[in-house]
Amino acid sequence: MVLVLALGDLHIPHRAADLPAKFKSMLVPGKIQHILSPGNLCIKEIHDYLKSLCGDVHITRGEYDDDSRYPETKQLTIGAFKLGICHGHQVIPWGDLDSLAMLQRQLDVDILITGHTHQFKAYKHEGGVIINPGSATGAYSSITYDVNPSFVLMDIDGLRVVVYVYELVDGEVKVDKIDFKKTQGPQ
Amino acid sequence: MQAPEQEAVTSAEEQEKWLADAMALVQHHAFYMHRALDANNIRDVLKFSAQMLSELRTSKLSPQKYYELYMRTFDELRQLEVFFREEGKRGRTNADIYELVQHAGNILPRLYLLCTVGSVYIKSKEAPAKDVLKDLVEMSRGVQHPIRGLFLRSYLSQISRDKLPDVGSPYEGEGGNVMDAVEFVLQNFTEMNKLWVRMQHQGPVRDKEKREKERSELRDLVGKNLHVLSQLEGVDLEMYRDVVLPRVLEQVVNCKDELAQYYLMDCIIQVFPDDFHLQTLETLLGACPQLQPTVDIKTVMSQLMERLSKYAAASPDVLYEFQQVDAFSKFSQSVVEVIEAQPDMPLVGAVSLHVSLLTFVLRVYVDRLDYVDLVLGACVKKLEGKGKVKDSKATKQLVALLSAPLEKYKDVVVVLKLSNYARVMEHLDYETNKVMAVVLIQSVLSNSTMITVDEEDFQEEQNLVARLVHMLVNDDPEQMFQILTTARKHFAQGGPRRLQYTLPPLVFEALKLVRSLQAQDLPEEGEGSGSVSLKKVFQFLHQTVEALAMIPAAELSLRLYLQCAEAAGDCGLEPVAYEFFTQAFVLYEEEISDSKAQVTALQLIIGTLQRTRVFGVENRDTLTHKATGYSAKLLKKPDQCRAVYACSHLFWVEDSGTTDGERVLLCLKRALRIANAAQQMSSATRGTSGPMTLFVEILNKYLYYFEKGTMIQSTVIQGLLELIVTDMQSESTTHDPEVDAFLASTVRYIQFQKQKGDSIAERYASIQVQ
Repeated sequence: MVLVLALGDLHIPHRAADLPAKFKSMLVPGKIQHILSPGNLCIKEIHDYLKSLCGDVHITRGEYDDDSRYPETKQLTIGAFKLGICHGHQVIPWGDLDSLAMLQRQLDVDILITGHTHQFKAYKHEGGVIINPGSATGAYSSITYDVNPSFVLMDIDGLRVVVYVYELVDGEVKVDKIDFKKTQGPQ
Repeated sequence: MQAPEQEAVTSAEEQEKWLADAMALVQHHAFYMHRALDANNIRDVLKFSAQMLSELRTSKLSPQKYYELYMRTFDELRQLEVFFREEGKRGRTNADIYELVQHAGNILPRLYLLCTVGSVYIKSKEAPAKDVLKDLVEMSRGVQHPIRGLFLRSYLSQISRDKLPDVGSPYEGEGGNVMDAVEFVLQNFTEMNKLWVRMQHQGPVRDKEKREKERSELRDLVGKNLHVLSQLEGVDLEMYRDVVLPRVLEQVVNCKDELAQYYLMDCIIQVFPDDFHLQTLETLLGACPQLQPTVDIKTVMSQLMERLSKYAAASPDVLYEFQQVDAFSKFSQSVVEVIEAQPDMPLVGAVSLHVSLLTFVLRVYVDRLDYVDLVLGACVKKLEGKGKVKDSKATKQLVALLSAPLEKYKDVVVVLKLSNYARVMEHLDYETNKVMAVVLIQSVLSNSTMITVDEEDFQEEQNLVARLVHMLVNDDPEQMFQILTTARKHFAQGGPRRLQYTLPPLVFEALKLVRSLQAQDLPEEGEGSGSVSLKKVFQFLHQTVEALAMIPAAELSLRLYLQCAEAAGDCGLEPVAYEFFTQAFVLYEEEISDSKAQVTALQLIIGTLQRTRVFGVENRDTLTHKATGYSAKLLKKPDQCRAVYACSHLFWVEDSGTTDGERVLLCLKRALRIANAAQQMSSATRGTSGPMTLFVEILNKYLYYFEKGTMIQSTVIQGLLELIVTDMQSESTTHDPEVDAFLASTVRYIQFQKQKGDSIAERYASIQVQ
């Protein structure tokens, strides 16, 4: 069992002061094996904070990120899964699942982690799964009204991935889970 | 039945009368006693002195009045003492006199006489001091009436003061040692305290307040014993720690009396030296949670911490002692225990305890930020679940808690780095929170007018200010707008370097304000000239982003203009939205020249424009035309290609009905042409025509629109597909496994769509794939 944390669009300090306290107390160092972030952290302090939680951190560039060295896209393999990360402001129309599916085909990944809309989504299609962990701080978005802070934790076990989404609703943390199974492809 | 008012007056009058009567009688008997003294008639001396002392047997007098009587008698007893001493010279032993006085009829006069003789007895060294003292302190048990007993024992204490077998005293050795002295004083103290406590339970319940007042008047009689103990030379740290303190605390705890406990704890703290307290901290603090719940223990502990802070300030050696005994953990542990032991303690009490502890830490452990943070954390724990504190007294204490480190360190950055600082602030109500945030911001601005040399520090500091802005929230839009305009005025004074950190948070808070105004469905213009309106907020936004653009900060400002444009569009304000787009485009044209920056800026422009529904045909056309123009002029061909096919989405907006298949097709074809041109350029310069990535991307776009509308024939798809496959197999094409994978997954997609069995599958039917 491999735990992968996906969170992004924090927009600290422009749109939020910090992660919600309840999230911070849940994110304990040493428990997570990988962190994938679609971007818009935006400052080094947050990068350092993520590194303190887990040594293996992968970040792609959001349009507000201070660090211009983050790549536009990233691909990596965890267990039996190929994962891709891209912030999503590059994919027009924003939040359009068909267009994101095209990016997923281009990166040739089973799971695409993307952001920008600040709205949690887990979308399964014939090519794989698209996951948007939403905004971990509930930051303002021109695309989504009433953003609740959210992030995603994936448990990768063999050919199965369980996606836990944590959302802060009215001060309480609500958890939901979605199961995905990968069929052995003709690779 | 007399009215209560009259009763009280009569009581004071009565007291005066009784006292006067008693004094007169004392005078009367004393006269005869003096005559007997002059005549050296010991029998008569004893007879008249006993009669005089009998006046002290009264129960009618209040403590104050009794005291006056006592003092009068005390003066007479001094004469008596002189006489007894003279008797010694006349050959009578003190042992004899000691024996003689015991014939007095009533116990109280008997004991006063015994004490008086005892004084001389000890001084003569005829008997060991310790024996006489022991005898006297035990016999005094015979008087159990509180007031009479207290004064008697007080007399005993007074006359024995200079006769205790202390280290270095003339009574040491045969007469005993300091242990005996301590034992004597402790016993006297214990008995006096018991008597004092008993007063609480005498008389009717309605007189409770009166009794407590009377008790207060007598408290120093009890406390004096502790003072005596502190003055004994022989009471060193060891004796204090092993004997004195445990015994005293035992009595304090066991007496279970609120008045006594509070007074005596305070007494102990005041009377014994600071280094004793430091070394017995655990014992002393250990008693605190055992006290009655109504005891104002926080004041006691604050006193102790106050004293010890002053002690710490005295010298650096002392600080080392503090480390050794780990004073901090003992205190913080004790605070926890006390709060637990007093569940009815109001919030203001608990917080002020933490304030005292924090003050102590700031004085004694000024470098230990971790301690400061721990104290804040303990307070946060206490506040958990309480939300915003409503009690104004408790809030005041919270503000004191937050201000103390600020005043001490004068460095907001240091203070805000304390992880628990912001968490305490969360419990302040909106008003107070705002005040605190402003205090903090002002502190940063004022302290950083000095040149910050280190760039990293400067950034950190400014980021902190930015984060603070998000704490300045207020539910009332009017107030919120005020906050924003005020904050911007403050920030303008910070200079251009700071604006790029401090203005963006204001912009986003203003955008949030727009949302809340939208939700309220207000008219565009406010009701009066003073009230906030959407127009006013957008004006504020425009001015703010403009200020940012002038720094210059082109890329950031462009993003913010686009945010504002989208927000204005959502409000239906077409001209405002158009203006924001215009500003963004101007920035793009004039200020953004870096290729990479242009690519991203254009993605944002196209993305925003694609989502904006507010424009009429004319405006929309103008902006779209501009956007596609920029796309075609990007430097690198691949960038051009991608931007152009992205623009296709500008012509296909399903939910507002503006779908223009022709223009979409034009974009895609243009993209293809650019891709071809790119290939040719690559062939000409590198010898190979480069990877087919762009073509596969364009193919995917064709598929997207193929499924949505009828402007694309399946033959076109087929043609493009075959072209790609052929070209990829050609030798002049750069082989790229990523493109292979992309094509493969695209093909899989087509196959999947074909077998779905719906209307889309029908359209795909004629497309052949391997």
